[in-house]
Amino acid sequence: MKFGVIIFPGSNCDYDAYMAIKTVMKQDVEFLWHQDTSLHNCDCVILPGGFSYGDYLRTGAIARFSSIMKEVMDFAKDGGLVVGICNGFQILLEAGLLPGAMLKNTSLRFICKFVYIKVENEDSPFTNFSKKGQVLKIPIAHSDGNYFIPEEGVRKLRENDQIIFRYCDQVGNVNPEANPNGSLENIAGICNQTKNVLGMMPHPERASEAILGSDDGTYIFQSIVNFFDKNR
Amino acid sequence: MNGKDKNRLAVVHVKLKDGVLDPQGFTIKSALENMGYQGIKQIRSGKIFEITFQQDEKRKPEELIDEICRKLLTNPVIEKYNFEISK
Repeated sequence: MKFGVIIFPGSNCDYDAYMAIKTVMKQDVEFLWHQDTSLHNCDCVILPGGFSYGDYLRTGAIARFSSIMKEVMDFAKDGGLVVGICNGFQILLEAGLLPGAMLKNTSLRFICKFVYIKVENEDSPFTNFSKKGQVLKIPIAHSDGNYFIPEEGVRKLRENDQIIFRYCDQVGNVNPEANPNGSLENIAGICNQTKNVLGMMPHPERASEAILGSDDGTYIFQSIVNFFDKNR
Repeated sequence: MNGKDKNRLAVVHVKLKDGVLDPQGFTIKSALENMGYQGIKQIRSGKIFEITFQQDEKRKPEELIDEICRKLLTNPVIEKYNFEISK
């Protein structure tokens, strides 16, 4: 299986994601440039965290028009696996590959800390190696992670089991105290209707080895590898 | 002056839709209250873009600016917009 990590101008978790895939997950991985017009036969494309185009206008709003995004859109429409982490999630929202939008955190602060997220759906290419209800310790690092979607949209997300992760406390209680940024219904990660595109604000690549404080992020990467092996 | 060279100015106002939480507006309102201003009911923040552009004879300027607003300047999930184009 081959992963691709896209580098946008201003990406800053590209190497973290690359290293987590290569050295921890022992999978083939290559960088993709935002001006590329091919995904180089990658089986899973990661849009990493960072501040593409300085977050100008809106987070992800300009990166969404990069040449490579046309390829990502076609790849996603054909069922290809796409993961957007933090700014990558914001880009997928702007591109319309995932529903909803990001607002500023209610605290108006940049929040960089470990949080707990609950696996709400284990039946996805990104969570099949974890169990429903499992609590993962993974850090967030963002100013605009306050997920918003109109009422009808959130109803659709619930009906189609598209809510993959919710912010929770250490033992898995989903409540306002465990919500770091004001996200609607504590939403931390969602997927599209066909469940091949994931967006999440927490950074699994920053939680890929015990020495980093947690290796819970590997549940997500391992799920992707398992899914691919099973469906190849 | 021929029409082709005519520069136009569009002023675009972008606001969060009603009902969408505006943490910046809320914080600015709190700051004003802390400064002693009373009776401030609500503050909604937004953005202004001034677009100077050359008028294309084949295209209505209103259509052009509307398209720019929809495609890039706003996110229709959370934002609304209006604009004026000066003569």
